Amino acid sequence: MPQLTAAINLKIIMPELMLLVAAFIILLAAPLTRKRIISPALSLIAVMVSLYFVIVSWNQQETGYFDMVVCDNFCLFCKLIFLLTCGTAVLVSRDYLARRGIDRPEYYALMLISTAGMMVMVSSSNLMVIFLGLEIMSMPLYVLAGFMRSNLKSIESSAKYFFMGAFASAFLLYGIALVYGGTGTTDLRQIFMSSGIALQKSQLYLMIGAAMILIGFAFKIASFPFHMWVPDVYEGAPTPVTAFFSIAPKAAGVAALLRIFMIGFGTVHAEFAPLFWILAFLTMTVGNLLALMQDNVKRMLAYSSIAHAGYLLIAVTAGIDEAISGALFYLLAYGFFNMGAFAILIIIENKSGGSNHIDTFKGLASRHPWLSVFLALFMFSLAGFPPTAGFFGKFYLFSAAIKAGLVWLVVLAVMNSLISVFYYLRPIKAAFFDHPDEDEDIRKPVVGPMVAVALFITISGTLLLGIFPGYILKLATSSVFMIL
Amino acid sequence: MDSWILSIVAFLPLLGAFFILLLPNDHHVSIKHSAWFFSILTFVASLCLLFRFDTVATGMQFVANIPWVSELGISYHVGIDGISLLLVLLTTFLTSIAILSTFSAVEHSHKGFYASLLLLETGMLGVFVTLDLFMFYVFWEVMLIPMYFLIGVWGGQRRVYAAIKFVLFTMVGSLLMLVALLVLYFEYHTIFGEYTFDLLKITGMPLTREMQMWLFAAFGLAFIIKVPMWPFHTWLPDAHVEAPTAGSVILAGVLLKMGAYGFLRFCLPIFPVATFEFMPLISVLAVIGIIYGALVAMVQKDIKSLVAFSSVSHMGFIMLGMMTLNLQGMEGSIIQMINHGISTGALFILVGMIYERRHTRLISEYGGLAGRVPVYSTFFMIVLLSSIGVPGTNGFIGEFTILLGAWSYNKVYAILAASGVIFAACYMLWMYQRVFYGKITNKANEKLTDLTLREKVVLVPLVIMIFWIGFYPKPFFELMEPSVKTIITQVEKGRGMYEANKEARAVQSALDEEAANGNGDDQ
Repeated sequence: MPQLTAAINLKIIMPELMLLVAAFIILLAAPLTRKRIISPALSLIAVMVSLYFVIVSWNQQETGYFDMVVCDNFCLFCKLIFLLTCGTAVLVSRDYLARRGIDRPEYYALMLISTAGMMVMVSSSNLMVIFLGLEIMSMPLYVLAGFMRSNLKSIESSAKYFFMGAFASAFLLYGIALVYGGTGTTDLRQIFMSSGIALQKSQLYLMIGAAMILIGFAFKIASFPFHMWVPDVYEGAPTPVTAFFSIAPKAAGVAALLRIFMIGFGTVHAEFAPLFWILAFLTMTVGNLLALMQDNVKRMLAYSSIAHAGYLLIAVTAGIDEAISGALFYLLAYGFFNMGAFAILIIIENKSGGSNHIDTFKGLASRHPWLSVFLALFMFSLAGFPPTAGFFGKFYLFSAAIKAGLVWLVVLAVMNSLISVFYYLRPIKAAFFDHPDEDEDIRKPVVGPMVAVALFITISGTLLLGIFPGYILKLATSSVFMIL
Repeated sequence: MDSWILSIVAFLPLLGAFFILLLPNDHHVSIKHSAWFFSILTFVASLCLLFRFDTVATGMQFVANIPWVSELGISYHVGIDGISLLLVLLTTFLTSIAILSTFSAVEHSHKGFYASLLLLETGMLGVFVTLDLFMFYVFWEVMLIPMYFLIGVWGGQRRVYAAIKFVLFTMVGSLLMLVALLVLYFEYHTIFGEYTFDLLKITGMPLTREMQMWLFAAFGLAFIIKVPMWPFHTWLPDAHVEAPTAGSVILAGVLLKMGAYGFLRFCLPIFPVATFEFMPLISVLAVIGIIYGALVAMVQKDIKSLVAFSSVSHMGFIMLGMMTLNLQGMEGSIIQMINHGISTGALFILVGMIYERRHTRLISEYGGLAGRVPVYSTFFMIVLLSSIGVPGTNGFIGEFTILLGAWSYNKVYAILAASGVIFAACYMLWMYQRVFYGKITNKANEKLTDLTLREKVVLVPLVIMIFWIGFYPKPFFELMEPSVKTIITQVEKGRGMYEANKEARAVQSALDEEAANGNGDDQ
């Protein structure tokens, strides 16, 4: 018994626990009060408290639950990204939901549970716990995608996401089973040890298992050729949920992929490198080329998120320490500017009554100059212009890839950025260069206080990470050297 | 103190831009005046640089070096030599002139316009003063954003197309440059075990011939597009014609020089062997550009696109001069950068002035203006002659020195390039004749008013510069000479390796031939 109590290490799961507690309080308290503000407020408080626990456990390096859960800087950095995304998503949600009459407490509870799932997913080096986290993350997301119950597109989005997610989980689970068959364990460190001395037959199981796991995660991070579900799901889901989708699960997927392939399958990484190379190239190219053809800004951002997944796969291909910290830095930066872009999209959508066609941006500069400047900032950051976070993120990621000798992949990646410049400039062009249509109503878009805070966070993040990246870079670098 | 002046010069316009953004939207006058005030202040600050500059010393002056992202060896490292000093002065001078010239031309969103111009100035100054490759890239790219807005928001009919074309063309080159820059960065680490983007350290590092060729190509493409050299010039006419006057002035006056400056500061000193290898190719492109630009300029119907194509021709001279790799050619090339900035800038301003009055730039709409607007015509004539390169004006000094250099490098190129001067005389004077001489054929031109006081104030400094360089260019040459000599020494280091390689290849091919002949004999 004393052994068991020692194994239970509540301290290291405090961030997850806080979110879950808040989620249940929201669900319980909601029927007791009519004040709608209570749920987002509670969620924000939970995010803050959770953030506090993340910060105090920095550099702690602990494990618990019989080594099933670890607490290293790598997972803490990822948790930082999830909390940032979750917090800003909550901030931009309220106005949007209230306008559509779906401002329900469950929404916030689901978002918190999903975030807790991601945290579990990145803070374990056991395949079973990673799978558990993945499911805790995914289930609430299926519901969130269909949160606009009366909207057919939203229901379609939810159904598609659910089926695709179920497929992905099946692949993943089967892969885990094969790996277990080959090595006799689901613990990544033990897999690594046993794979070095494994027999040829079990080596084969390991390879097939790893490939299956890769497919499962490729679905989750929307990598080519498992990206087909993305545009429909992203378009149908409520926009704040889309914003959340496009960042947090992707970050969780990439982080888990990095941990699994760097630690567990470290010995077979070299064999997988060409596959990652091709996946990275095709993912970014397909994402960018399809984004080029979209007139709907939400769809465009959906496809662009596929392209960004491609850039992140470069880090997985490179597989060196700098690439891991590059991916972490990029994910944080991406969290800031992609969320910012979605925040502006939400403001415009609220004003235009649900349309997110590029024409709704026309003449925005003359009506709301500051908002257009922010739009430009986020678009330039997405496209990777200095001095924004997007530029430094790409720069650091690409430099890691070049260090790993992937010069041609980087050349292809920068050519891809060039394609992306073209479509990222389109909303800017609409906002600044075009004049509003005659019959367009000339009301100013309303920026509510909560959205304003979200904008403030994302703008300062985008600029800070672009101009003074040093501190975050240090954090990202120190996240790598001590992966447990 | 000295090390701070440079940063003050570079970031004063940025401060100005922020200040303007804080002003109320409808205070047009205060927006204009504060923009002008900040640009003049920057110009004065840059004059301080000139007075404190040591003309004898080689190497960088006013150096400041502060770590920025120390983990990656990125630092805030600035400093100037004679060449960058001249270009800094050109930038601050032309920006203040351009801002003053545009007071009556901007019709809407004043705030954004002047803020963009000042941001652009910081971007350009940053490119000229930085000694850190990372920072160089940042400024190089940053500058695209205000220019994109200047063309896109305040431009002419096809502004949207021109703006996106400008950005995409520039980015094709610069993104490959980014890759090359990173390769260089890791190569330096492999050799010296240190991560750094410091230009002074990277210059002169040992690189194999193949490596130099690749990296030169990647850097060179970015610069060639920016210059622009034929056949990468197609963005230029669109951007120049569609940009508002101030934008065209800056674009032609300063932005194009950044390409040439890039060659001087990065390609030549870092990749000397590759410079020798690429020298013939770039010279040929330059000569083609000189003639092609002139011929296309001749058939333009629009005065502004005529001036734009004349830029292609003039930039060809600058590149030819640089590629001679001798003292005259390179000095001529640099002085011609200044000249082209002044003359073409002035031409765009003059075209803008008449456009404000008549809202057309078609040559056929005009005729006989000389009698109606004599002061304007006189200014136009002076600037035009300087653009052609008539003795006594700045253009003559530049082109003559370049041709001198080119003559000792390759006589055929010199002769072909000289024909460009003759073509320039043709298209410029023919245009002048059609616009200013004869009788007034178009009724609309009868009511034209001559230059206002503000417009004269804009043009007089430019004309003074034209004659100053035309009659007494010595101080300018003195300023750049030590720096040019330094660059030539750095490039000459590559000659040995280049010749050895050439010989080796010649020997190899001779051996191959012999072997082939030998085989033939046996049979």
